[in-house]
Amino acid sequence: MYNNILTYLIFIPLIGSALMLTISIIRKENNDNIYKWIALIATGLQLLLTILLLIDFDPKAGMQFEEQYSWIPKFGIEYYLGVDGLSIPMVFLTSFLSFICIIASWNINKSTLGYFSLFLMLDTGMMGVFVSLDFFLFYVFWEVMLLPMYFLIGIWGGPQRTYAAIKFFLYTLFGSVFMLLGMLALYFYSDPNTFNLITLIQTAPQIDAELWGYPLKYLIWLALFIGFAIKVPVFPFHTWLPLAHVEAPTAVSVILAGVLLKMGTYGLLRISYPLLPGEVIDFSMILAILGVINILWGAANAIAQVDLKKMVAYSSVSHMGYVLLGMAAVVADNKAGAQAGLNGAVMQMFNHGTITAMLFLLVGVIYDRAHHRYIFFPKGHEKEGEVGFGGLNSNLPVFGAFMALTFFAGLGLPALSGFISEAMCFIGGFSAFRTITIIGTLGILLNAIYFLRAYQYVFFGKLNKEYEGLTDMNAREIGIIIPLAFLVIFFGVYPSPLLDLVHPTMDNLIDLIQSSSTFLGMK
Amino acid sequence: MSNFLSLQYFLPELCLLVFTLLIIIFELIPSLKKHTFNLSVIGLIITSILLLQTHGQNSALFLGMITIDPFSHFFKYIFLLSTLLVIVVSRYTKELESIYFSEYLALLYILLFGLFLMSSSINLLMIILSIETVSIASYILAGILKYDNKSNESSLKYVIFGAFSTGIMLYGMSWLYGFSGSLNFYQINISLQNLEDPFIVYMAVVMILAGIGYKIAMAPFHYWSPDVYEGAPTTMTAYFSVAPKAAGFALMARFFYVTFTDYSGSAPVGVSNVDWMTIVAILSAATMTIGNILALRQTNVKRMLAYSSIAHAGYMLMALSVATDSALISVMFYLFTYMFMNLGAFFVLIYANNVSNVETIKDFNGFGAKSPFLAGCMVLFLLSLTGLPPTSGFIAKFYLFAAMIEAEKFYWLAIIAVLNTVISLFYYFSIAKSMYLDKITNDVGIEENKVFTFVVLVCAIPTAFLIINWSSLYDYIASSILFGLGL
Repeated sequence: MYNNILTYLIFIPLIGSALMLTISIIRKENNDNIYKWIALIATGLQLLLTILLLIDFDPKAGMQFEEQYSWIPKFGIEYYLGVDGLSIPMVFLTSFLSFICIIASWNINKSTLGYFSLFLMLDTGMMGVFVSLDFFLFYVFWEVMLLPMYFLIGIWGGPQRTYAAIKFFLYTLFGSVFMLLGMLALYFYSDPNTFNLITLIQTAPQIDAELWGYPLKYLIWLALFIGFAIKVPVFPFHTWLPLAHVEAPTAVSVILAGVLLKMGTYGLLRISYPLLPGEVIDFSMILAILGVINILWGAANAIAQVDLKKMVAYSSVSHMGYVLLGMAAVVADNKAGAQAGLNGAVMQMFNHGTITAMLFLLVGVIYDRAHHRYIFFPKGHEKEGEVGFGGLNSNLPVFGAFMALTFFAGLGLPALSGFISEAMCFIGGFSAFRTITIIGTLGILLNAIYFLRAYQYVFFGKLNKEYEGLTDMNAREIGIIIPLAFLVIFFGVYPSPLLDLVHPTMDNLIDLIQSSSTFLGMK
Repeated sequence: MSNFLSLQYFLPELCLLVFTLLIIIFELIPSLKKHTFNLSVIGLIITSILLLQTHGQNSALFLGMITIDPFSHFFKYIFLLSTLLVIVVSRYTKELESIYFSEYLALLYILLFGLFLMSSSINLLMIILSIETVSIASYILAGILKYDNKSNESSLKYVIFGAFSTGIMLYGMSWLYGFSGSLNFYQINISLQNLEDPFIVYMAVVMILAGIGYKIAMAPFHYWSPDVYEGAPTTMTAYFSVAPKAAGFALMARFFYVTFTDYSGSAPVGVSNVDWMTIVAILSAATMTIGNILALRQTNVKRMLAYSSIAHAGYMLMALSVATDSALISVMFYLFTYMFMNLGAFFVLIYANNVSNVETIKDFNGFGAKSPFLAGCMVLFLLSLTGLPPTSGFIAKFYLFAAMIEAEKFYWLAIIAVLNTVISLFYYFSIAKSMYLDKITNDVGIEENKVFTFVVLVCAIPTAFLIINWSSLYDYIASSILFGLGL
């Protein structure tokens, strides 16, 4: 029954999407609900398969559920899928968030067919990225996501959606074309020529060509890094993110922040790290510095925001900085430090996915009701300077409670999942780059400032008369928050199931990098 | 091969000529007049059957004037297919209702005949003859809308530019002839080997590039193309951007690969160290950058697509500049996919023009809601023109870049090309934006037309589904890069 399970995972949503289009052609008069149900069933099925996959997954067995078929033999392109401890949390995150997002999108009424079919195409692309082990296939899936995302932001987004959509598209494409060149260079300079990411682990480090006076591997690393860094996004490539996140409809923001950002760091860990270990070591300092800049810059920007959603968007920039810092710790002399760093990074990827999903969903809840989401009204608004909400705890207690939980998770309160992974990233960072990490810890403080301040102005104080009539969260909204909240609390109290999934793979990665000649030379 | 024996392999071309005459005769007989369209379609089908008969042949015909080889065969199929699609669409184009349709068909046939010769000439004289055959038919076709000023203007500009650049090319060829005493590619190549002072060759290369550059709209010889593309009937714009361009590339590839390249070393270099590769590389960078940057500012869809087609010529030149086998394969692969995606985009435009007079990008407003199928296909074509997966345009572009990296040459050019890809996304998607993202301001209902649906589908299917497996296409093209024999 587990034959080709990964193929099913990828293509079930696409089949759903095709089914919707077929139905729309065959039957002219349609109740839009049919599309919603198809989407729900497709993502539900996908989630179910993911859970089966998780149950059968053996963390110690390395790469598993492999499917390998020759695709274009002449060019060594394969249809090669597989999951290991790095991809399995991401696979789960993708199908879990997709399922939740479909429910969260239930009130979408503007061209339902388009929305849900694009959403499923996006799902296919995301899942494909996380299970591909062939660089060409990886690249195809990586790019396939762009078009649905463009339309999802551009058609169903907020007032500045057109600009946000094309900016997202251009930025990501800019990154990925460089990735294409890096990929081709890896292909042609490795012997034998291959896109197979597992084979390349052996062959890629042996590339010793030079170009323009630099070792070619440096340039390949840079080309790949640009592609991944834009997706993360690493400062200074982050400017597409706040715009896209704010303008996108709620469910799409969830996917953007919850899954798409992780692709950048996933790509680094899946491709750059094992293929170019020497360069990873050389660039680890820069990675750590960029990580800390991300943490501080994102947090500082979040403090300055008056729009809740924009604040959340910048908090993502900050939180992805932790991942980068943890990843940079791979060079730590102290093996435990390196392990803490890398495991922390992958766990932070997962935890940030769930926390940020809650943040965006909850911001969406208030936006649906009040049609704005200002903490303070901004300049130029008719109520400039006034507090946007205030005292919401008195008439939306459930909402207030969930928001409190989410904010605390976001600022890294112990016993919630964010704390564990952020702490691990810092432990890792500290054992490799002491000063940089100490500066980075300031981010914790800054994170607390904006989350607490936002909570204070939205939920405490005097209730704004205008919002007395607001209703609390309905069953659907509570229903999609509870599983996320469960994961956040569960992994906060008892993180070892997640850690157990991840750490054998990460240990191998650390060994691989630390056994490379550059690292030994450093010692 | 002697002239008489050659005729048996020249049947496809002869068939085209016969049908050209038939179309003209049918036009004169009132009772048969309405059948010219069907006749032209039948003619193309018969030609392609005859072409199939000569498949795999590889010999020089008419005492070394032209050649019949797998390379020219590949291009002839491209010409036939694009002509067929354009003829079918022309039949249902409103713009062309006022003209004598048979005249138009006959001219297209003559043009096609010229394209056939262009892809198979191995003799300088034949090059000039075939280019002129194509050009003269093109001039008339560009200006065929007699009462449209823009169409007349475009025709005139085309004539002036064409005549001028052919003149320069002819002059360049006279240098070659004067030096080598031969008109045949292969013999010229032999006499150009090991020159002390290759100045003559440089002169010839530059001047011949001017002539070919005009045909494929290479910068700095591209100035005619936006005006001609804008003024010509849209069906012809679509055709000019595909078939004659492909012929130009076929001619250029054959000419430069055979005449100016030395394969004795491990990597191909220019004959007598004439570095035509670098010249082409620089021109390619200029072509793609100029095409893309100028396309950014266009509001007229036809002009925008004209500039975009300049940019595409730049991408293909990029690969030709490394002069390897895989580069040639990638260019042919690109032309094949480019034919479908570019014609497809133009066909949607023609349809939109038919029903609601679409001229500027803004006029596509609301098209997504009104005509979901064609608009969806348009997005597919735009995606493919940009070169994004999972479309065929991506695979083609992938091979172009692969050829560059494999040859380990001109990496800077590859970087310029990828940056250009990003730029091109912006203007291509301004159409998608207008169709889907902008607020709908005009709400004229559009009924989809079966013929257009079918023709667009013919273009859309290879564009969308080539990703599933393109091995056999690649193998076919790889087996087609065999150039014909010299004599």
